[in-house]
Amino acid sequence: MTALSALLSHWRRHPLQLALLLLGLALATALWSGVQAINAEARAAYARAASVLGQDRLDRLVGPLTVARYAELRRAGWPVSPVLEGRAGGLRVLGIEPLTLPREAAVSGLPALAEAGALLAGEVALVHPETLGAEALAGLELLASDGIPPGTVLADIGLAERLLDRRGEISALILDPARPLPGPVPPDLRLQKPAPEDGLARLTDSFHLNLTAFGFLAFAVGIFITHSAVGLAFEQRRPVFRTLRSLGVSARGLAGLVLLELLALALVAGVAGVVLGYAVAAALLPDVAATLGGLYGAPVPGGLELRAEWGAAGIGMALAGTLVAAAGGLWQVWRLPILASAQPRAWGRANARARAAQAVAGLGLWGMAGLALGLGSGLWAGFAVLAGLLLGAALLLPAVLAGLLALAGRGARSILAEWFWADTRQQLPGLSLALMALLLAVAANVGVGTMVASFRATFTGWLDQRLASELYLTAPDPATARAMRDWLQPRVAAILPIVEVEQEFGGQPGSVYGLVDHATYRENWPLLSASPEVWDRVRDGGGLLVNEQMARRQGLALGDEVDLPGGILPVVGVYSDYGNPSPQVILGLTAFRARYPDVAELRFALRLPADEVERLAADLRARFGLGEEAVVDQAGIKGFSLQVFERTFAVTAALNALTLGVAGLAMLASLLTLAGLRLPQLAPVWAMGLTRGRLARLDLLRTLVLAALTALLALPLGLALAWVLLAVVNVEAFGWRLPMRVFPGDWLVLVLAALAAALVAGALPALRLARTTPAAMLRVFANER
Amino acid sequence: MLVVDDIHKSYPTAEGPVPVLSGVSLGLAAGESLALTGESGSGKSTLLHLAAALDRPDQGGITLAGTPLAGLDDAGLARLRRDRIGIVFQQFNLIPSLTVAANLAFQARLAGRHDPDWTAELTGSLGLEGLERRYPDELSGGQQQRVAIGRALAGRPGLILADEPTGNLDEATGAAVLGLMLGLVAETGAALLMVTHSERLAARLDRRLHLRAGRLA
Ligand SMILES: Nc1ncnc2c1ncn2[C@@H]1O[C@H](COP(=O)(O)OP(=O)(O)OP(=O)(O)O)[C@@H](O)[C@H]1O
Ligand SMILES: [Mg+2]
Repeated sequence: MTALSALLSHWRRHPLQLALLLLGLALATALWSGVQAINAEARAAYARAASVLGQDRLDRLVGPLTVARYAELRRAGWPVSPVLEGRAGGLRVLGIEPLTLPREAAVSGLPALAEAGALLAGEVALVHPETLGAEALAGLELLASDGIPPGTVLADIGLAERLLDRRGEISALILDPARPLPGPVPPDLRLQKPAPEDGLARLTDSFHLNLTAFGFLAFAVGIFITHSAVGLAFEQRRPVFRTLRSLGVSARGLAGLVLLELLALALVAGVAGVVLGYAVAAALLPDVAATLGGLYGAPVPGGLELRAEWGAAGIGMALAGTLVAAAGGLWQVWRLPILASAQPRAWGRANARARAAQAVAGLGLWGMAGLALGLGSGLWAGFAVLAGLLLGAALLLPAVLAGLLALAGRGARSILAEWFWADTRQQLPGLSLALMALLLAVAANVGVGTMVASFRATFTGWLDQRLASELYLTAPDPATARAMRDWLQPRVAAILPIVEVEQEFGGQPGSVYGLVDHATYRENWPLLSASPEVWDRVRDGGGLLVNEQMARRQGLALGDEVDLPGGILPVVGVYSDYGNPSPQVILGLTAFRARYPDVAELRFALRLPADEVERLAADLRARFGLGEEAVVDQAGIKGFSLQVFERTFAVTAALNALTLGVAGLAMLASLLTLAGLRLPQLAPVWAMGLTRGRLARLDLLRTLVLAALTALLALPLGLALAWVLLAVVNVEAFGWRLPMRVFPGDWLVLVLAALAAALVAGALPALRLARTTPAAMLRVFANER
Repeated sequence: MLVVDDIHKSYPTAEGPVPVLSGVSLGLAAGESLALTGESGSGKSTLLHLAAALDRPDQGGITLAGTPLAGLDDAGLARLRRDRIGIVFQQFNLIPSLTVAANLAFQARLAGRHDPDWTAELTGSLGLEGLERRYPDELSGGQQQRVAIGRALAGRPGLILADEPTGNLDEATGAAVLGLMLGLVAETGAALLMVTHSERLAARLDRRLHLRAGRLA
C-alpha cells in the first residue's frame, strides 16, 4: 500500500504530466471511437435499408412480370408475394401486398397496420420519421416507423402504382422460404438470390474507410503522446523504483503495481474519451449524413444512438493503447538494475543503427506501395498505396532529418552553430515519434487540401460548362408548362426542354435525361471523349452519352452498348459529372420521347442575355405564380452546388485540423520528456558562457527548425498523397478522375500552422529552461547523481 | 585576480535553508595557485561555483579581475565566464554531442580566442592525439578529465578553477596531469584555484586553505 502511494505521489507533484497523459489517451480514444460511432450509425442505416422486405435474406423471382402473370403463378401454387419498386420525387417507393408478404420480410409496425386494414385499403404509407415532410407525399396519410430507412416509402402495391405511375406492373416476386416451390422456375422468369452486400455499403465504403483511416491516424498520434508522457514519468521515477526494489519489492511486484496504476489511468481516460467521442460523433454526424445523402443518396439519419458496443470498444482501445505506449517502460521497470549506473547515456550514436534499420524498412514499405500501385486494383489497393507511402515516409523521416542536420552542421562556421546542429541531431531519437506525427498531419493536410482544392477548381469550371443556360424553370404541371412556353417564345433566345426519368443501371439508381439539340450543349458540354459527329448522332437517336462514373463502373467505352427500354444504343460520348456518384445517360430529345412517352415535360433551360435574367425571372414568377424554387438562375444553382460541395468536405477539414492539433500536443509531450534529460547536455554549454535565456531561445529555435524541416518534407509527401487520392482512390470510390491542381499559397499557410504548433509546443519547455536555477544546473556536475 | 569577501550561501531544502558557506573570504593573485581542501560536503564545490560566476552568493561580494560580480546581470556573468574563466568540474564536463576536438576548442572559439597552434600543443601535451574525432562517451573518465583541462586552458583565461580534476584518475596519472596543469598555468600566467582531497597534490601548490563547516580554517 505504501509502495503504491509512493508511486502515486509522483502524479501529485507533476499534474501537467498527468494531464498530458490523460489528455493524450482521451483524445486518441475520442477520435477513434467518435469515428467508429459515425461508421456504426451509418452501417446500421445501410443495413436497415438493405433489409427492408428481407431482400438481404429472401429469394426473388424476376423477369417480365405483370399482375396477370402474378395471379397465374399464385393459382399454380407458387408461394409468392408481389413487390413494386421504383423512385419518384427523390424517394424510393416500395409497394407490397401485406396479405401475402412472407413473415420473414415483415417490417416492424407492419402487421398491426395490415390488420387494421389501413395499409391494405391503400390509404396509408409507412415512412421514417425524418421523411414525413417529403413533398412528393403531400396529401397522403403517413405513419412514421423507425424500421424504414429515411427516404423510403412503404405502401400497399396499389398506392405504389399510383405514386410511381406504373399501373399493373410488378418488379419482383418474393418467395416465401417456409413453403416449398411447386416446380421448376418457369423459363420466362429468373430466380434471384438474396444480395446481402448492399450496393450502398459498397458505394460508401471509401468514405468510411477514409474516416477510419483518419480515426486511426489520430489514435496513433494520441498514443505517441501517451508514450511520451509515460516515458517521462518512468524516467523521473527511476529513483523511486530503485528505492522500492532495494526495500524488497520484487521486480514482478513492482511491474505489477505500475501496470495496475497505468490501467487505472487508462480506464479514467478511456471513459472520458468515449464520452468525448460521443460528442465528436454527435457534432459531426449531421455533416456526415448530409455528405452521404448528397453524394450517394444514402439514407443516414442525423441523430446518434448510444451503442454499448462502441463504448466498450473505445475503452478497450484505450487500455490496449496504453499497454502499447507503456510496453517499453514496463519492460525497463521489470529489468531495472537496483544499482544506478553512473555512465552518461550514449544517446545519439546508439540510435544511428536503429535509424538506418528504420529507413530500410521505410524504403521497403515504399517498394510495396509501388507494387500495390502497379499490380493492385480496387479501393483496397489504393489504400494499401496510401498506407505504404505514409508509413514508409514516417519511418524514413529520422534518417532524412539526421542527414540534413549533418549537412547543416558541416556548413556551420561558428562553434555555437556547430554545437546547435550536432545537439539538434542528438535530440532526434527523443523527438522522432512526435516529428513523424507532425509529418503525417501536415502531409494529410496538404494531400486532402490539394484534393479538395483541385476538386473545387475543376468543379467550378465544370459547373460553368454544365450550367451554360442562364435560367432554369420547373413548371407545376404540363398545362402551365405549355403556357409558359408560349409566353416565353418571343422573349428569350432559346427554350431548351429538359426531361428526366429515374432508372437503375447495374443495380444502382440512376437517371436518363433527354436534351434538345442546341449550340448550348454542342459548345459547352464537358465531354471527356466522343465519337465523330457525336451531337448529330445523339440528336438522331443513333447513340447516347454516359457520365464518367457509369463508364468507369461498367467498363463502357465508346461504341459499347447500353440497355434501355426500347432497345440498346451505343455510347457515343462520355462526359464528366462531378459530385454525383450515380450513373446517368443522355439521349436526344426525340429519342427520349419515343422511349419514355409518359414523362411530362416540366423543366426548361432558357438562353437570354445575362442582364435580362433578373427581370424575366421576376415576370415569370409574377405571371405564373411560381415559387422561389421553380425559377432558378445559373448563379443560384452554382451557389447551391458549391455549398453541397463545401459541406461534403467539412468533416475532412475538421478532422484534418484536429490531427494537426494532436501532433502539436505530441510535440509538447516529447519536449517535456526530453527537457528532464537535457540538463546534462546543456549545463556544460551554460558554464562555458551562455545565459540560460540564450540556451532557451536556441532550444525553441531547434524545435522550430525541426518542425520546419519536417513540414517542408511533408509537402512532397502530401502531393504524392494527393495524387494517390485523385488518381487512384477517387476513381475507385466515386468513379471520376480529377486533374491535380496545386496551390502553393495553401502550403505556406500549412507550414506556418505547423510552425505555430511547434512554437506553442516549444514555448513551455523553453520557458522552463530559461527559469532553471543555477543550483539545478550545477547539480549536473555534483558528485553523485 | 580573484577577491572573495565574506560570502554566505545556503541552499533551500524541505526543512528550510541549509547554510553551506558562512563568511568565507580569500584572495588570489595572478600567477598564484591555491589548493582548497575540506571534507565532503564542506562547501568546496559551492565556493568554486560562486567564484566561477555560475551562481550568486546570498551575501558578500566577489570581485574578478577588478569587476564586482554583483553589478553584472546574467548576460554579463556569462560573458565574464566565457572570456576570463577556465573551469574543470568534478565530472560531466563535456558536451556530449561534440567531438573531443570541438569540446577542446569550444570555449576558446566562443570567446573568439581560438589559437590552433596552442590547441594542438595542448592536445599533444595532454596525450589526446588520436582521440580528436571521438565523442565524450567513447572516452575513459581520465581522458574526459584531460579534455576538460585542455578546454579550460585553450582560451588562456586569467583564472582557472578546478574541482578535483584528478579525482577520477589513478595516483600516477593524477600526479602527471597536475604537473602538466601547473606547467601550463605557469606558462600562461593564470591564477589557479583547485579543490582536492589529496594532501600530496595540495602540497604542490603555492598556498592551501582548508574549509570546515562553511568556514576557512
Ligand atoms: N544544488 C544544491 N541544492 C541543495 N543543496 C546543495 C546543492 N549543492 C550542494 N548542496 C549541499 O551543500 C553542501 C555542500 O556541497 P558541496 O558540493 O559544495 O560540497 P563539497 O565540499 O564539494 O563536497 P564533495 O567533496 O563531496 O564534492 C552539501 O551538504 C550539499 O548537500
Ligand atoms: Mg564537490
